[in-house]
Amino acid sequence: MIRFVANRLLGMLVVLFLVCLFTFVIFFVLSPDPAVQICGKNCTPEAIDQIRANLGIDQPFWTQFWTFLTGLFAGRTYGTGPNAIDCAAPCLGYSFQSSQAVTDMIVQRLPVSATVAVGAAVLWLLAGVAGGLLSAVREGRFADRFIAGLTLTGMSIPNYVLALSLQFLLVVTLGWLPFPQAVAFSDDPVRWFQNFLMPWIVLAVGMAAVYTRLTRANVIETLQENYVRTARAKGLSPGLVWRRHALRPALTPIVTIFGMDFAGLLGGALITETVFGLNGIGKMAADSITKNDQPVIMGVTLLAAFLVVVGNMVVDLLYTAIDPRVRVGSSA
Amino acid sequence: MTDTLLQVRGLTVGFPNANGPNTVVNSLDFDLARGGALGIVGESGSGKSMTSLAIMGLLPKGAERTGSIAFDGTELTALPERAMRSYRGDRIAMIFQDPLSSLNPYYTVGTQIMEAYRSHRTGVTRRQARAVAIEAMERVHIGDAARRVDHYPHQFSGGMRQRVMIAMTLSMEPELIIADEPTTALDVTVQAQILDLLAEIRADTGAGLVLITHDLAVVSEVTDHIVVMRDGDLVEQGPAERIFTDPQAPYTRMLLDAVPRIDDEIGLLRTMHTEEGR
Amino acid sequence: MSFTPTELEVEGAAGGGTVPGAPASPPAGRGAPDRPATEWRGVSRAFLRDRAAVACGVYIVLIILMAVAAPLLVKISGYGPLEFDQDAVDPNLGGIPLGAAGGMGADHWFGVEPGNGRDIFARIVYGARVSMLIAISATLLTTFLGVVFGLVAGYFGGRVDMVVSRVMEFLMAFPALIFMIAVLSALPAENRQFLLVLVISFFGWPYLARIVRGQTMSLKEREFVEAAKASGATSAQIIFKEILPNLASTIIVMTTLAVPGYVGTEAGLSFLGVGVVPPTPSWGQMIASSVPWYAVDPAYFLIPGAFLFLLVLSFTVLGDRIRRLLGEGAA
Repeated sequence: MIRFVANRLLGMLVVLFLVCLFTFVIFFVLSPDPAVQICGKNCTPEAIDQIRANLGIDQPFWTQFWTFLTGLFAGRTYGTGPNAIDCAAPCLGYSFQSSQAVTDMIVQRLPVSATVAVGAAVLWLLAGVAGGLLSAVREGRFADRFIAGLTLTGMSIPNYVLALSLQFLLVVTLGWLPFPQAVAFSDDPVRWFQNFLMPWIVLAVGMAAVYTRLTRANVIETLQENYVRTARAKGLSPGLVWRRHALRPALTPIVTIFGMDFAGLLGGALITETVFGLNGIGKMAADSITKNDQPVIMGVTLLAAFLVVVGNMVVDLLYTAIDPRVRVGSSA
Repeated sequence: MTDTLLQVRGLTVGFPNANGPNTVVNSLDFDLARGGALGIVGESGSGKSMTSLAIMGLLPKGAERTGSIAFDGTELTALPERAMRSYRGDRIAMIFQDPLSSLNPYYTVGTQIMEAYRSHRTGVTRRQARAVAIEAMERVHIGDAARRVDHYPHQFSGGMRQRVMIAMTLSMEPELIIADEPTTALDVTVQAQILDLLAEIRADTGAGLVLITHDLAVVSEVTDHIVVMRDGDLVEQGPAERIFTDPQAPYTRMLLDAVPRIDDEIGLLRTMHTEEGR
Repeated sequence: MSFTPTELEVEGAAGGGTVPGAPASPPAGRGAPDRPATEWRGVSRAFLRDRAAVACGVYIVLIILMAVAAPLLVKISGYGPLEFDQDAVDPNLGGIPLGAAGGMGADHWFGVEPGNGRDIFARIVYGARVSMLIAISATLLTTFLGVVFGLVAGYFGGRVDMVVSRVMEFLMAFPALIFMIAVLSALPAENRQFLLVLVISFFGWPYLARIVRGQTMSLKEREFVEAAKASGATSAQIIFKEILPNLASTIIVMTTLAVPGYVGTEAGLSFLGVGVVPPTPSWGQMIASSVPWYAVDPAYFLIPGAFLFLLVLSFTVLGDRIRRLLGEGAA
């Protein structure tokens, strides 16, 4: 078991390293010179050279990459002398446009993004599993077909179209919800809830649709398993057959996939936060695209990759904990 | 108490669909004496498995069952589902073909043996149920049962898994054991052991046995009465010896011709036949 | 909505409800290499009976025709996609379109954009061109890459398989949307449509390749492949004559299901400003520019939103149906 975990950890580090390298290459090779952008219109070649030296981009590629990597673990300093800027570990870079370390920018916006993500995740997991179970129980009946129609719709509607439609319908036309406005939970919990309700729904709908289909398929498939027949042949009550022999095998893969999808939420948050004007990491990334603030884009990309890789790892470990076949097989 | 443990009359199973009923078992009659052993033989699709599921009341959705199934004088087809449940596992137990897929991979074999026992007997503590499970595993000759009881199905070999399945039925001391192709998924050498075990259990407990198989060689060793089925119809039935020595129906003769003569070495016979069976 | 949910599952429920253990089971183990022509005919007939699927197919065909005939349609409607029409908007109200429903009328069929008065019909028509072109090209490229790498990895196995599998795992571990954004934002703005196709395909092919690989590995062991090998066929002959035809239904299903994904991805990237560059119209980009106006001019986002939603829905439903008809458990 320990060897298994160690192997996975090592694999994770390798993937993260490659992700760093890959991202770094993209920005190093492809993007226009940031020094020119920072310098502005009235710029002398000397000033550009100075900025380059401060940013460290006058160095060869591997030196820069190494500085970046060490910055992640030990922090780094941009420039020298009185103008030097400290970037504490884990240093993901420094945004000269907003004069802030990228790590700090991310940390500041983390609470909003986490609120959006957790709320949406709870919503889609509950809706997806409930919808899937209902569908499976009523297989082929009206409820099943109705839910199938809903899931196809939910899977097909782009989240920004849904966001705008909801906002137009619930806020402008019906007036059920106030215009979104940043309010702290402690100040006005009701208002806070109203603010986050639409982002949660928008982020959750597509996932809920996928989970509904997954749950339905898994439950129906599990009910066909021979061991369910065995359980019934033993004379167990239908409730017991369902709880022990159908639900656990059917829901186990869903729990594990949930881990990965949750870790991958940042991509969806980008659009949702932008549409609703929520000041989270996603909106920050979207804004940086418009402003071409590369250190921020790169920082968020690395964060997203980190989350996905760690999510995968957690899921793998979780899987060994809940599926006896994997658990025992790997220790042997 | 009657001498006949199981009496089946006019059993018909069909799947009604748009083109009319699709009959898979067609008015089947047979009796099983208390403590007797009956073999139902036929090729795949002959309706023999549907017969066993019909007795258990476990037919798949959409199936229609008519006719009479009397178990120990009780008409099973008239029982409501709840009452039928108290028969399943407790008085009538079933062993399935593929022991790996028939055991839930998420629970230890002990849990799966105990679960039936605890749901049929009220006021049983975990500890008592566990003791019953271990004892049942010992009775089917699983070595080191006290430790193996906490293992998961995938940690057992095919033959051992089938022993677990048998232990599961044994723990309840059923009066009737229905075994549906219990050896088909197993290696040849293991098949003989499982058949020996079934015979031993029957001798020990006096339980009746319905053995369902495509393999005449299998029934020849264990059963005393044989029912031959084809495409849902009863081809012929009679004492095992008579079926082997003097088959009436051409189809039975054909099945027998596919098997090496009965006076050959039983082991050899089994070997040759199962290779073609799966 | 273009379909009623009640119709949706009828066909599938009838097809999927086979009875376990019932007789008339087809003789197993007889590796039938190709789907006979009669079977394909049966599939297409079943498909035509499915009203929802036919409606989706019709919608897709209409959009494709619209995209192809864009210059002609625009000539008939009278306004080009890049033409400003200041007479159609009210400068005193910040450029809100004159008239009801975003300025819809005989002049501008779908109304005009607030602010500059560009004709929405023309932009939808030309936007369809961009969306379909990118989605279909990306699908073709992904399918090509996915099939080639999947076949090679599955057929040759060993070290080749290991390398391809590692690359696939690596690419699938990426948060694809964020990475596409990062890559596209770093890339220059020229040839944006071409770059979009490349980037989408680069991250997309492993999903198909993984399935093709798995199926190839099991097909490789089948009797008819063994037979071909024994009769001296080369690897290329076996791959193209024996294995590829058997992958056809999987590839068709995966491809149909990939298109809506790519339509959505293109629109999403354009929505975020890293996709198609203005003034070239794209549906996602139209929706993005409608965001500040959604409260006063809902038609501006509803029209491209509806076109986009229906297109994605149609492809999704279609893919679903085809999968069910061909009886594929893939994806």
